[in-house]
Amino acid sequence: MSLNPADISRIARLARLELAPVEHEQMLEKINAFFSIVEQIKGVNTDGVEPMAHPVDAMQGSGPMALRLRPDLASEPNDREANQRSAPAVERGLFLVPKVIE
Amino acid sequence: MSAAKLVHGYEVVIGFETHTQLSTESKIFSRASTAFGAEPNTQACAVDLALPGTLPVMNRAAVECAIKLGLALGSHIAPRSVFARKNYFYPDLPKGYQISQFEIPVVQGGAVSFFLDGEPQTVRLVRAHLEEDAGKSLHEDFIGQSGIDLNRAGTPLLEIVTEPDMRSSEEAVAYAKELHKIVTWIGMCDGNMQEGSFRCDANVSVRKPGAALGTRREIKNLNSFKFMQQAIDYEVRWQIEQLEDGHAIQQATVLFNPDTGETRAMRTKEDAADYRYFPDPDLPPLVIAPEWVERVRSEMTELPRAMAERFVRDYGLPEYDAATLTQSKAMAAYFEETAKACGSPKLVSNWIMGEVSRRMNAGELALDQLPVSSAQLANLISRIADGTISNSAAKQVFDALWTEGGSVDAIIEAKGLKQMNDSGELEKIIDEVLAANPKNVEEYKAGNAKALNGLVGPIMKASKGKANPAQVNALLLKKLG
Amino acid sequence: MTDLHHLSVAELAALLKNKQVSAVEVATRFLARLGGNAHNAFLDINSEVTLEQARASDAKLAAGTAGPLEGVPIAHKDVFVTKDFVTTAGSKILSGYRSPFDATVVRKLREAGMVSLGKLNCDEFAMGSSNENSAFGAVSNPWESSHVPGGSSGGSAAAVAARLTPAATGTDTGGSIRQPAAFCGITGIKPTYGRASRYGMVAFASSLDQAGPMARSAEDCALLLSAMCGPDVDRDSTSLDVAGEDFSRDLSRPLARAGKDGGALRVGVPSSWLAIEQGRPAGDVDGCSPKVRDAIKDALHRLEVEGAEVIPIELRNTGLAIPVYYIVACAEASSNLSRFDGVKFGHRAAQYGDLLDMYQKTRSEGFGDEVKRRIMTGAYVLSHGYYDAYYLQAQKIRRMIADDFQRAFAECDVIAGPVAPTTAWKLGEKADDPVANYLADIFTLPASLAGLPCMSVPVGLGEGNMPVGMQLIGNYLDEARLLNLAHQFQMAHPECHNAQPENLA
Repeated sequence: MSLNPADISRIARLARLELAPVEHEQMLEKINAFFSIVEQIKGVNTDGVEPMAHPVDAMQGSGPMALRLRPDLASEPNDREANQRSAPAVERGLFLVPKVIE
Repeated sequence: MSAAKLVHGYEVVIGFETHTQLSTESKIFSRASTAFGAEPNTQACAVDLALPGTLPVMNRAAVECAIKLGLALGSHIAPRSVFARKNYFYPDLPKGYQISQFEIPVVQGGAVSFFLDGEPQTVRLVRAHLEEDAGKSLHEDFIGQSGIDLNRAGTPLLEIVTEPDMRSSEEAVAYAKELHKIVTWIGMCDGNMQEGSFRCDANVSVRKPGAALGTRREIKNLNSFKFMQQAIDYEVRWQIEQLEDGHAIQQATVLFNPDTGETRAMRTKEDAADYRYFPDPDLPPLVIAPEWVERVRSEMTELPRAMAERFVRDYGLPEYDAATLTQSKAMAAYFEETAKACGSPKLVSNWIMGEVSRRMNAGELALDQLPVSSAQLANLISRIADGTISNSAAKQVFDALWTEGGSVDAIIEAKGLKQMNDSGELEKIIDEVLAANPKNVEEYKAGNAKALNGLVGPIMKASKGKANPAQVNALLLKKLG
Repeated sequence: MTDLHHLSVAELAALLKNKQVSAVEVATRFLARLGGNAHNAFLDINSEVTLEQARASDAKLAAGTAGPLEGVPIAHKDVFVTKDFVTTAGSKILSGYRSPFDATVVRKLREAGMVSLGKLNCDEFAMGSSNENSAFGAVSNPWESSHVPGGSSGGSAAAVAARLTPAATGTDTGGSIRQPAAFCGITGIKPTYGRASRYGMVAFASSLDQAGPMARSAEDCALLLSAMCGPDVDRDSTSLDVAGEDFSRDLSRPLARAGKDGGALRVGVPSSWLAIEQGRPAGDVDGCSPKVRDAIKDALHRLEVEGAEVIPIELRNTGLAIPVYYIVACAEASSNLSRFDGVKFGHRAAQYGDLLDMYQKTRSEGFGDEVKRRIMTGAYVLSHGYYDAYYLQAQKIRRMIADDFQRAFAECDVIAGPVAPTTAWKLGEKADDPVANYLADIFTLPASLAGLPCMSVPVGLGEGNMPVGMQLIGNYLDEARLLNLAHQFQMAHPECHNAQPENLA
């Protein structure tokens, strides 16, 4: 299967990307070129195969990896100045953005 | 689930999603503090701000809160649950995705049971999942712009989701109050609704009895029980009007405006539907060993319903008293300490539900601010039980304890409130009164029982109120009989 | 000493320890070579910072508190965030970004004593295999400046090959250490996923990204890897809870005794990887160029001479690794790159209307074409109605690929084959054909998907007299055995890893 221009527009919107008409065209063409090599996975029989979300899953002996938990300690100092050093727009410690309408 | 109570021939169907902020020191995936009310972005560390290269590390205490809730509500605690990314763009969501749980939540099933007008109700839970809170957008004082404060971003939440089991706004509020009681009781959430620690979203729809579920609208962020009821009632009326006018209901998210008392639809994000959930590759599955669950179970405090049942069983209290006394952990403890100390549980219950509550409400005091300790109250009640003082005298003593404090016996002494239990002295008074009121005596002997009252009054007066009324009656009858 | 830049990490460490040269002298010598920014390998240099670190190292050397690599220079791929240098990940959206903290790998290497020369060019967000996707210009291959250095760690490979630094860090998601190492004739290793902390690596694909060293020999890589690895339990939930190791310990073990069973090292070679006939059965792969195949076969023969046993093995699903990798990597990338929204850090469009417009203009201006394509691809395979057919199916095949390796390791100790089907291609040759680039990753993707340790070792020259790299893949946590094999090969045939670009200053 291949994508159509509407798919590209929908996904661009989801991904917050604005594509000029020319970009839009090339995007469609190149993504479809990629999906032409993707189609082969559809024919693969994966019945009963457990999806692998973490590579270490497959590590022998270790078994499925369990999430490590940390003690509940608040130890981060206030580092606002350093953390906002590269912020595009800050006023009184707040990040400024165009008005958020609810 | 209560029997459907129809509104203009429609059945109301309500389901709840409640976001409870967990009472942890640090955030769910970072070591920043969760304290409320700090200067903007001073408690948003590199991880909370999603600075490049940062990664989440899970807070053990948040998991323990989930286990507690699951045990409290009789849910299944998943031995293996999975964190997933919910992808959407919003300025208060620093990573552009929220770490939540989607396909496999940590708490599954369970139920909340409570009384509504004396009727037992049960609301079934679908699930409760761990996730991170978002930051806040401040719309004031920035012309055409919003200010983003990410201090709240990453605060641990348990989102508790019910089945659409509720059939009225009253039942919905009763559910919310019961859930609020439980999460604060087990110490998992401070329950502060003003600060947003306990936020309810109500999914409301209406239908003709027996019809399929109607289209629902979700009322967001109900942060007071009062508004909850108002918002749901308004929403129900609105939906019924729409249907009656032949309009179909559009699924929507709405906000309640306390000033107008109305709900209005939020601006819908067209792509909001497609969150592109997938397992978070930064977080392996959350594994909870049975030993952990058992340890938490063994450390759990007795739950309100169990405690109420015990009060009925061990102290012989009526169900109503037991239910009232277990509204809060503090009140239950106050009752139990007092009852144990004086051995008259029913009297204690009467006093707490009566005098104590009255004065608490009057002075808007919390139990931990009470000027009368459980030991003092126990003392007072013992003095009533052993007949040292009358009930009316006891009220005077309580008043003194409340206003000046001091020891019960000292106050009784000082105010000379001891009942006169020495029959010799009392008989002397009675003889004098009989001698002074021959008329009443004759009338009584002539068969007019009422005439007795004409004698009791003067006797009590002569005893300066210290005579024990029961004893007076007994002696009178003996002398006149 | 004018030829300091020709010395290896091990040699420099020894000279410094014996006070035959000072850290400041070494740093000064290398800083001098960075002047013209040859090959456009470096993105940020700050001699003040470098010299300050060198002075601190000299103090430690004097005080006898020196780390194992005290005073030895290194440069970092620009996907590692650094306090003292700008971090861009090769993207305009991060131009000028200063991180408030150092990546764990950067910190550990500094703690081992290494002095940082600066930040190295790479494909934008490590997405690419030619380094032509850098927002700050392509990097040229020191062997032939009209050719690509490979990618995404192209700046790292070029800088080491051009002797601009004795060592560099790289990151490998689908081959980004191994392929540029092969194209530039140096040695690089990607350890087992989770060995090195990902904290402070600008994320591309979280379940695949892994840091590793790039240098001129296996011996140097072993020293660097030992300093880089170790659990980071406070910062990275996917960092393995296995103690750091001395990866140099087995270097000198003869191959005749390097097998798991103490016998001869058994080297498995996936037969289809060395095929050249085209027209493959589905799931199999186009082989490699004749010259690459000959170089690899020659190297395998030399390994037999050194006492190894070479046996054929099968890795049936290799061909599926390309779609599976690009589905998984793009899906994770589309989510990982959502944080670049112009709110908290980095680029924000100069002109915009409402919030949506600010997001779209900022991201459209800030990201390059390949990054946009991968974000789009990833968002698509995760979107409603396609998740099961693409993402979930890919995760299942990913496990099948990992299982293939476990079957193979039942028969052999190490797997060997080519890193890439060809030698470095000309700049611009595949620039407009992403799929052609993807197909060239065929041999590096399977080990990445399985999370296995793997490395690239120079074994001679192929077409265009450009370097050919042999790929070695080990089982989980078996890095020491890979390095042992590579080192034995390099001891027996030093001409391979010591070969250097002509007219090298």
